[in-house]
Amino acid sequence: MEFSPNIVGFACQWCTYAGADLAGNLRCKYPPTIKLIKVPCSGTVEPEFVLEALARGADGVLIGGCHIGDCHYKEGNHKTERRMLLLSKLIEDAGFDSRRFRLEWISGAEGKKFAEVVTEFTEQIKELGPNPIKAKGGE
Amino acid sequence: MAEKLKMAFLLAGGCAGCEMALVDLSDALVDALEHIEVVFWAPTVADVKYKDLEAMPDGSIDLGLIDGMIRNSEHVHMVKVMRAKCKTLVAFGACATLGGIAAMGDMHTHKELFDQAYLKTFSTDNPDGVMPTPEYLLDGKYDLTIPSFTDRVMLIDELVDVDYYVGGCPPHHDFVGKLIAAILSGNLPPKGSWLTGGHAVCDVCKRNPAITGQERMFIGEVKRMVDGKPDPDKCLLQQGYICFGPLTQGDCGASCLNVNIPCRGCGGPIPGVKDFGARCVSAIASSLKDIETTEQLMEKFPNLAKFVYRYSYTSGTLNKKL
Repeated sequence: MEFSPNIVGFACQWCTYAGADLAGNLRCKYPPTIKLIKVPCSGTVEPEFVLEALARGADGVLIGGCHIGDCHYKEGNHKTERRMLLLSKLIEDAGFDSRRFRLEWISGAEGKKFAEVVTEFTEQIKELGPNPIKAKGGE
Repeated sequence: MAEKLKMAFLLAGGCAGCEMALVDLSDALVDALEHIEVVFWAPTVADVKYKDLEAMPDGSIDLGLIDGMIRNSEHVHMVKVMRAKCKTLVAFGACATLGGIAAMGDMHTHKELFDQAYLKTFSTDNPDGVMPTPEYLLDGKYDLTIPSFTDRVMLIDELVDVDYYVGGCPPHHDFVGKLIAAILSGNLPPKGSWLTGGHAVCDVCKRNPAITGQERMFIGEVKRMVDGKPDPDKCLLQQGYICFGPLTQGDCGASCLNVNIPCRGCGGPIPGVKDFGARCVSAIASSLKDIETTEQLMEKFPNLAKFVYRYSYTSGTLNKKL
């Protein structure tokens, strides 16, 4: 059977989550690989959550937030941007492929972009193959 | 007089710095000896052998302290023996609780580690390339063995149940004094807890800007200690010197900060932090001014994982599985 990635998505309720809704309303097609978790702001996504998802065998993690300057809480996504930049380096330094982890700005009006990002990310993860942790007996 | 509390100390894969912290108690330790009897303290202080501990009845020791991580088969065996003999077991110090300095070795392969230790180092004189061999037959008749290396560094609680955790590299001797007093009085939290004052390093640091009512500013420029001498009174983070004080337990009384050195997190994470490195990233990144400063930090600290997981790599989320 073809490998179908398991992607955990953290979506800001003000933009990316609304964008995902819109993608549905627009009947955009995208693979059923992403499990979205609605969060109040992308700034609430602790780097610990991302590591936990990867450690439990997620093949990829996507964080979706508002465009810079559009944050409902003014500067939440600025913090996300800085944190996730450091986190992807941390993941890489600790021996994990940071391409499994992605940060995207998707507004509530960008349903089409949401579908495109998920499709593209799924393709990328398919190329990378399953999370190596699973081969070592992870959950 | 009531019967003395029987205590045992085991040094697993550590540097004996935690032993030094206990010895540094000096008078307090001598006074405590009225109430405690040290039945085992090896391989550093007392003249008792592993076989003496193995010969003691199970559960006969009231309190056991293990410092150091599990790095070879000897540690694996002795930690199990300690658990069987001790009623209460404490993982003592950064290595036993979080992995410690040596845990960073797990970011390398065994070959890299052995090559570095036995072949490549500048001071190594090993022309025949002799490497440690766990089993060796000498002269065709003497079976010689040394402990073998484990796959990776393990924490004490990965192997056996641990009742209490104490952070620090080493734990500050004043704090150790308080601990022993608490243990003697039986005034202890539920099992599985960290024994700590419960404050972050910043809470006990005299540089904390909150003390003088100052606002916390974003960090505009990241500096390393080689870049200059920090102002001895101002918060190091505010000056751009990255400090892990906000999320480290401050049982040390901010000792490093008192001598102008930033905190590197040996005290262990404050309650609620699951992955020290990830939370460091979170805390530091939110104090940085902008994305340029973040890039500057990544440039100045080329290996971020070794920076934020200096004492806690083994306790990190990803390490155990990669």
